[in-house]
Amino acid sequence: MLRYALKRLISLVISLAVASVVIFAVIEVAPGDPASFMLGVNAQEDTLEALRAELGLDVSKVQRYFNWVSGMLVGDFGTSYTYRTPVSQMIADRLWVSLPLALYALALSTAIAFPVGIYAAARRGKPGDLTVMGATQLGIAVPNFWFAMMLVLIFAINLRWFNAGGFSGWDKGFWTGIHSLTLPAIALALPQAAILARVMRSSLLDILGEDFMRTARAKGLSRRQALWQHGVRNALIPVLTIIGLQFSFLLAGSIIIEQVFYLPGLGRLVFQAISARDLIVVESVVMLLVFAVITVNFLVDLAYAAVDPRLRSRT
Amino acid sequence: MSRSLILGAFLSSLVLLAALVSFVWTPYDYAALNIPDKLQPPSAQHWFGTDHFGRDMFSMIMVGARTSIAVALVAVGIGMALGVPLGLAAAARKGSWLDELIMRGNDLVFAFPSLVIAILITAVLGAGAINAIIAIGIFNIPVFARITRGAALSLWESEFILAARVSGKGAARISAEHILPNVANLLIVQGTIQFSLGILAEAGLSYVGLGAQPPTPSWGRMLADAQTMFSFAPHLALIPGLAIIVTVLGLNLLGDGLRDWLDPRIRVARA
Amino acid sequence: MSLLQIENLSLSIHGADILKQVNLSIAPGQIVAVTGESGSGKSMTALAVMQLLPNGAEAEGAIRLNGHDLVNRPESDMCALRGASIGMVFQEPMTALNPVKTIGDQVMESILIHKAMPRAHAHDRAAEVLSRVGLPPDRFPLSRFPHELSGGQRQRVVIAMAIALRPKLLIADEPTTALDVTTQAQILDLLKGLVSEYGMGLLMITHDLAVVAGMADQIVVMRHGEVVETGATSHLLRHMQHPYTRMLFEASGHQVALPETAQSQPLLEVTNVVRDYRLPRKRLFDTPQHHRAVDRVSFTLNRGERLGLVGESGCGKSTLTRAILGLEEVQVGDIRLDGQPVFSGHKPNLAVRRKMQVVFQDPYGSFNPRHRVARLVTEPFHLLDSPPRGREMEDRIAEMLTAVGLSPDDMGKYIHEFSGGQRQRIAIARALIIRPELILFDEAVSALDVSVRAQILDLLAELCEAYDLTYLFISHDLSVVRTITDRVMVMRAGKIVEEGDTESVFSDPQHQYTKDLINAAPTLPDFGQEVA
Repeated sequence: MLRYALKRLISLVISLAVASVVIFAVIEVAPGDPASFMLGVNAQEDTLEALRAELGLDVSKVQRYFNWVSGMLVGDFGTSYTYRTPVSQMIADRLWVSLPLALYALALSTAIAFPVGIYAAARRGKPGDLTVMGATQLGIAVPNFWFAMMLVLIFAINLRWFNAGGFSGWDKGFWTGIHSLTLPAIALALPQAAILARVMRSSLLDILGEDFMRTARAKGLSRRQALWQHGVRNALIPVLTIIGLQFSFLLAGSIIIEQVFYLPGLGRLVFQAISARDLIVVESVVMLLVFAVITVNFLVDLAYAAVDPRLRSRT
Repeated sequence: MSRSLILGAFLSSLVLLAALVSFVWTPYDYAALNIPDKLQPPSAQHWFGTDHFGRDMFSMIMVGARTSIAVALVAVGIGMALGVPLGLAAAARKGSWLDELIMRGNDLVFAFPSLVIAILITAVLGAGAINAIIAIGIFNIPVFARITRGAALSLWESEFILAARVSGKGAARISAEHILPNVANLLIVQGTIQFSLGILAEAGLSYVGLGAQPPTPSWGRMLADAQTMFSFAPHLALIPGLAIIVTVLGLNLLGDGLRDWLDPRIRVARA
Repeated sequence: MSLLQIENLSLSIHGADILKQVNLSIAPGQIVAVTGESGSGKSMTALAVMQLLPNGAEAEGAIRLNGHDLVNRPESDMCALRGASIGMVFQEPMTALNPVKTIGDQVMESILIHKAMPRAHAHDRAAEVLSRVGLPPDRFPLSRFPHELSGGQRQRVVIAMAIALRPKLLIADEPTTALDVTTQAQILDLLKGLVSEYGMGLLMITHDLAVVAGMADQIVVMRHGEVVETGATSHLLRHMQHPYTRMLFEASGHQVALPETAQSQPLLEVTNVVRDYRLPRKRLFDTPQHHRAVDRVSFTLNRGERLGLVGESGCGKSTLTRAILGLEEVQVGDIRLDGQPVFSGHKPNLAVRRKMQVVFQDPYGSFNPRHRVARLVTEPFHLLDSPPRGREMEDRIAEMLTAVGLSPDDMGKYIHEFSGGQRQRIAIARALIIRPELILFDEAVSALDVSVRAQILDLLAELCEAYDLTYLFISHDLSVVRTITDRVMVMRAGKIVEEGDTESVFSDPQHQYTKDLINAAPTLPDFGQEVA
């Protein structure tokens, strides 16, 4: 078990290292000098030099890469070209919106998908199954940001249960914050829940065909007992993979959804940074997203081992 | 043939037809401004109504279908053209450094959701439909590489491949002659699914301004334009959204139907 | 009074008739074997007793357990009976256990689901039955997971689950088919012991007539869903009435007469061959361990000779086969065909490959489903510098298909149009078409029904006559190897432990392992063969 975790951890570090090189290299290709962009075309050469030194741009590219990475390791993401404030501060503020949103959506999606998938698998081919599968087919086809607009139209504009946009902040209490993230989370979660429910169902149906399910029935377990005692846990193995993948979709999706609800999250930050050519912010946000995805997949790998004893002892 | 295959083929060809017809005919010029007629609801003159510049929505949807299909199709093409050979090569040399390199490379690309790739590209090159194609295409590569490798690996264990090896055939020849034809069905089905995911991704990217730029119409940007007005002109948001849903639903049904029709045994991971 | 009484049981699944008017009965302490080839309906009979039939199944007639009919019993009643009054053991021990639960939990579940006793007692009972089936908790703790056990040990766990509540009736569906002969003998002994100890009735489903003859009190022979003959074992074996029964027993012990050959110079020379596989490391900084699959093997196969290679699963015979075929390189030693190495400079030697062909076990997986027979059969032409083309090629295909007992018209068909036995004929045609010097038969008849197997063995004997075949016949089935080879090698744990003339090795084995193997293999009694 320890060896397995350690192996995964090493692969996580390598992935992060390679990803950081890729991101840095891509941003390096970008045309233009941030210093002259910030100071305008008429800036004096010596002012530019001074600014470059201040931004850490006066050293070689390799040196800059190592400065960037070593800075990130201690939480220093550099200084924003446009706002002249620490990027880490800007990101931290926005992360408090984006991360809870993604996690909230993940929790919703899982909470909806599991029962629905199990329900459909248990009633394979019957009207209940067909209805649920038809609904998930539709759910997959709905773009989440359009679904978000429809939610706003119905629940915010017509029914006035929620605000149409904006974020209350966490200062006014946890539940107020959750309330203002609810519509965005639902918009994000439902299409993903449709996918997850389908995966849960087909994974369970695969398991139902396994020999050990027949063994369980031969012991005297009813269909339902066999499904719960022997089916669900085995079916979780492929489902976990999809949950891991979904986290990256949810994080990316939250960037888009933030646009619909005017939420001050990472999405708005990164789009503002792109239009202002504040590349250090873009670079850092992208790195953070990639870090999150890789870390979640690492956690999923650990969860596999918890579910499947074969993985635990093999290594 | 199943109902989902027929319905899926019907919806998909409907959208394809609209895109093709738009090259020679649209009810109105999709770019023609007509401010006095702005924000009209659907009517006999304007089947899908008009937008805030009085442009005909039906014409815009038709031309937008072109953008969506072109972006998603080329992205699937990129994914297949690069991913399938990589997957075949990885399976043929299972456990080798090449396999390891390809699979680790795959994992790495999976860590970059297509939106993130699009953000990176846009930061460097500026926004445009090409960016969307590249971003979605890159993300498709590991999808196809992985599914090809998985299916190829089990084929490599089968005895007819051993027989071909005993007959002196090399890995490349076996991959082309025996493996590829036997994974083709799987790739067609996965291709349909990636196509539909590509349509969704393109809409998302255009919505946040990282996709096709004006004046090229695209469904995602029509929705972005509708953002401030849909509370009093809901058709601005409803119609492009329904266009996306019909297309994606059609392609998904087509994929499901094809899977059953081509071979009931194969499985496709919806990644 | 009988324990189980099946009366006029008919079964259809989605309208297709599976069973027709089946009758059989089992008394307490009695072993009844239901036998027949694939498609005979023997497994469906077992599932019908359990009422675990596939969807769409409709049963008529009666299945009485202690006088109470089980057909159309409510599901809740059946749940109470299954595991408590009727236990069942399945064919595939590797997949019959839930991989994510411990063996203790799975045995205890049999007890707890019927609320037979409190948890603490159930734990003791689980340990007790596991000991009884040969898995004492001091050596096999209840906390073990299935993947930590061998196939035979897993089958013991399945048996423990089935007998935990001392059911009156035990059903075993091909319980030893997936196991090696020595393990099979142990499991059969265990089942026999349990039957006499607990006074259970045992309904045993098996295709293996030798197992049936050695074990059953009563035999039921089935074909196409019907019982063709039934009777007490000793009586039925002496007085078979139905021609199908006779054919079945004849085919099971089928003997062929190989033509005499003049053995001359060596063709295949295997010298001191070693093949190691790296094992995954147990701990992070361990030096990697190796598993030696083939351990300094040397032998010679002469031109015209028919050599057998027998051994149990994992003995290294498959690895050796792959090495001879040049599919994998060996670490140490030398494999030469006609004086030339099969591997030269880390690459398979094509000049050698064209002198060698192979027939595999699986008649379903041996062919690309997308190619026609003509293309499948001619694949080895790839090895030739100037393969025949056009008319000449078609003549060769026609000749080969005729030689293996098929029609030249078959060359335009796809593989799914053929039965398992026909496919194996096509595989032989493919191997013969370039007239190789050596053919390897890798478990080539193991997946076939006995009657089909007998036909393929006859075909091999004919082909020996017509084409002077030299072959290496790899199999786990001793009776087949005994009749189809001149000389035999016995392999165990990567080593060849005994080799010699087939007949003398079988009648007078020298090595202890060979003796064990021959003793463990169930045999048909002699009078069974005389009937034909």
